[in-house]
Amino acid sequence: MTNKESYEYILKLLPYTEPFLFVDDLIEVNDMGVLGSYTYSPKNHFYRGHFKNYPITPGVILTETMAQIGLVCLGIHLLTQKENITDQLQIAMTSSEVEYLLPVHPGEKVLVESEKIYFRFGKLKCKVEMRNSEKKIVCQGVISGMMKLPSQQPLSK
Amino acid sequence: MNNQELIDKLKKIVKPYIQNQEAYENLTEETKFIEDLKINSANLVDVILDVEDEFDIEIGDDEMEQMLDVKSSIEIITKKIA
Repeated sequence: MTNKESYEYILKLLPYTEPFLFVDDLIEVNDMGVLGSYTYSPKNHFYRGHFKNYPITPGVILTETMAQIGLVCLGIHLLTQKENITDQLQIAMTSSEVEYLLPVHPGEKVLVESEKIYFRFGKLKCKVEMRNSEKKIVCQGVISGMMKLPSQQPLSK
Repeated sequence: MNNQELIDKLKKIVKPYIQNQEAYENLTEETKFIEDLKINSANLVDVILDVEDEFDIEIGDDEMEQMLDVKSSIEIITKKIA
């Protein structure tokens, strides 16, 4: 078992809040990847419209969850190895290629696991997959983002 | 490897990332990756990583920041493979 308290600092540095925070728990974080979880509250406003009388978690929200757990949490871990950070990071998702295999219903808990492809020149690229409570893959793909410390030059164009 | 051979190799590397076909076809040493070829800054990282693989070299952060056009990239590559 890993010490969950040791990942508290990552959650604290996440630049998101309700209603757009999609990280509950980090189970494992190391230089090569992250394993974390999130449970979609049935109260989320998007279930009212996606779809009418048939609530399913939108693919963009699944992708965002994969990015927040798989990329941003890993990026914070990697950047804090180099420097002590206290301010909010500058981040931007730059590409995503994801395939969606199964629906995620309101109230479902998902596990997100990422595997670093590279982190060079401020760009983090990862293979990311999401599984449901039956351990079945609900979506998977490759997501990239640019991440910088607050002290570095602003992200250009 | 002469300059033209280097430019040809570099041209092949940037091809998947360019957004301006005309600037690409008329590529010269003066061509800028972001302004002229419209390569976005996230994809420019992939260009640099592909350059590393193609020439079997390692590019540092400072050098990467200078590699904004064909000329300065060729200079850095030439220095590295010498």
